[in-house]
Amino acid sequence: MFEMLKARFFQGYRTGKFPPAAPNLPDHFCGRPQVEAHADIEAARALCPTHAWCEKAGAPAIDTGKCIFCGKCAACGVTFTREYRMAAMTREKLFADASPYTPEEQLDRGIRKMCGHSLKIRQVSAGGCAACELDFNVLNTLAWDMGRFGIQAVASPRHADAILVTGPVSRNMLLALKKTYEAMPKPCWVIASGACAVSGGIYAESPDVAGPVDKILPVDLYVPGCPPHPAVLLEALLRFIGRM
Amino acid sequence: MMDFLMLDNGAACAVNAIPCVEMAEFRAALIDGVTKQNCRVSAFCALDINSEKRLLAVLLDSALKKLKLLSSKVGTAYPALTCDAPAFHWFEREIWEEHKILPEGHRWLKPIRFSAPDAEIGVTDYFTLQGEAAHEVAVGPVHAGVIEPGHFRFQCMGEDVHFLEIELGYQCRGVEKLLSGGPDVKTLHLIETAAGDSSIAAALNYCAIAETMNHVEVPPRAVALRTLALELERIANHIGDLGALAGDVAFLPTSSFCGRIRGDFLNMTAKLCGNRFGRNFVIPGGVRFDLDDAGIAELQKKVLQGEKELFHALGLMFDAPSVLDRLENTGVVTAETAREIGMVGVAARASGVALDVRRDLNCDDFIPETVRGGDVLSRALVRKKELVHSLDVVKRLLAELPSGEVQTPCPATLTASTLGIHLVEAWRGELCHLVLTDENGKIRYVKIVDPSFHNWFGLAMALRGQQISDFPICNKSFNLSYCGHDL
Ligand code: SF4
Ligand code: SF4
Repeated sequence: MFEMLKARFFQGYRTGKFPPAAPNLPDHFCGRPQVEAHADIEAARALCPTHAWCEKAGAPAIDTGKCIFCGKCAACGVTFTREYRMAAMTREKLFADASPYTPEEQLDRGIRKMCGHSLKIRQVSAGGCAACELDFNVLNTLAWDMGRFGIQAVASPRHADAILVTGPVSRNMLLALKKTYEAMPKPCWVIASGACAVSGGIYAESPDVAGPVDKILPVDLYVPGCPPHPAVLLEALLRFIGRM
Repeated sequence: MMDFLMLDNGAACAVNAIPCVEMAEFRAALIDGVTKQNCRVSAFCALDINSEKRLLAVLLDSALKKLKLLSSKVGTAYPALTCDAPAFHWFEREIWEEHKILPEGHRWLKPIRFSAPDAEIGVTDYFTLQGEAAHEVAVGPVHAGVIEPGHFRFQCMGEDVHFLEIELGYQCRGVEKLLSGGPDVKTLHLIETAAGDSSIAAALNYCAIAETMNHVEVPPRAVALRTLALELERIANHIGDLGALAGDVAFLPTSSFCGRIRGDFLNMTAKLCGNRFGRNFVIPGGVRFDLDDAGIAELQKKVLQGEKELFHALGLMFDAPSVLDRLENTGVVTAETAREIGMVGVAARASGVALDVRRDLNCDDFIPETVRGGDVLSRALVRKKELVHSLDVVKRLLAELPSGEVQTPCPATLTASTLGIHLVEAWRGELCHLVLTDENGKIRYVKIVDPSFHNWFGLAMALRGQQISDFPICNKSFNLSYCGHDL
């Protein structure tokens, strides 16, 4: 007992200050992209592994739901800002063009009132590379401690308010995903986390993939990234429940 | 055994140089290699060479430090190797599932990943146990925790597990198929995400193959930075596993400390390239980013700090009798079983089988960390020992990083009609990539053999005779990859 208290003292209090302080992001962090006026769109298109280029109001934009943030197009006139607030409640809001980021207007789908202080999440991993779920798990560690905001991963879908899906939804996970969703009491919310879940990501063209998630379930929150940095995901969840 | 083609790790050869022998000779050579010459099966697959279907075997001979290749023409069936050399069992099931080539006499012919378009995942004839006291427990694909999907069926007598059958395939998304036709803008990302927690190891394999085919020499500084990234990957994952084990036996201090310290090491990888899993860092010809002096100093400080906190946290766990009691003698896999079924990596070394690509193919003075027990505790101890080693490597590299460039230009193409192969000791165990190109230099076929592919059956063996409640810690002690297996 005494040893453990000593250990606790030695290891210190290490929960991050984010939020409200800004998160610690790595030097080479690729946040929300911004397409510069001089950007060579054709060249950028040609080297993009996930065909992430799209159009927004007639202008070229990057669909951050497809982008895996490999940063390759930085050489073609795309600036990767340090903006980590990237999640959106509609697919179109993920399109990043030349304009700088403006915080998304929250669509109230009832979640703030019902889950503002307690959000129980059932995670379902469906055909990705496992890094997305690893970095969701990290929010449980004491470095991020999402429990302080009442957010918790639960074992049973029956106890869950939201389902957080990672991966492009492999054909082999389709049934299990549907069943998990059906087992949740309604109303419930669906979160697609990571490029795979949002758009199929790098696996979008695979015949073994049945997704992305919004082909199967009504998605309420899209979180870009490959995988989304824990700060991106935590910010997304907190904004979603009206805590940011 | 004159017939084998001997290759160094990372070497390439012309497709026509792969020896092709009669099936009887092929079988005899492989069975002899595995059962008598102490070779292990690094890859065994079916592919088209010169428009004929062949079986290709890659054995690893640690005494010669060589990879030994041999192939044989095959029709729709051949006598199974599994009966004589069980290490082939999973490979033969894979070949049967993917190519409909029947290994005659294989006693357990079921799909391993239900990859056929008309396959119904999880629907197969499971082993069952008859009798009044027998009962069955089915778990998954969606598990209680935040982990990947897989289906486990326990045949129990009371609390005791008589047999565990593991059905995978839920993560199957066709990685190998997507790779064919490359190399293109997607290739490296697909390679890196086959198993997302081993991205560095996988990228190293592919890049080594691409570099050999293009005769590109990687600058020493890039080699050092790659090794640094690989060891950081190993460290982060080993810490995570030990923390998770502590969590599973409800020893919360180590569990929570390790969870955080693992994150600190992932952040060191992110320091190298911006991504916590090292994505986009290793590229053909070198690495994408250099590390400046300030970065080196920062990492050195963080490594020292992390090391201190880590061994303190681990000390708590390994000094606690209640933890040791739970881990010791739980989930034993004997050395004999490990060898026979072809286990690799941490799990094999924990059963006293000293195999490690770092010694078996690469450098002479590396000594694999082994422990004899074969139980959960041994698998934990191997990780702890490897952490010491990896941290030393990291500190040494940071202190003596060679100067110079970090990239040599490397064409994005591959040589035509060539086979390239490279293995690396990833944190779980040996990871093997084999790339075969067509006459235009396009990828015709990629075979990825994740360490988990060798080891899933080991987990099933570990559960025999255990209490069903021991499953979580046995599973954590292996911590195998579902996506790396399912591809
Ligand atoms: S950073 Fe995104 S948009 Fe740019 S090339 Fe990579 S995936 Fe495509
Ligand atoms: S989005 Fe990227 S990190 Fe997440 S599962 Fe897909 S490939 Fe892995």
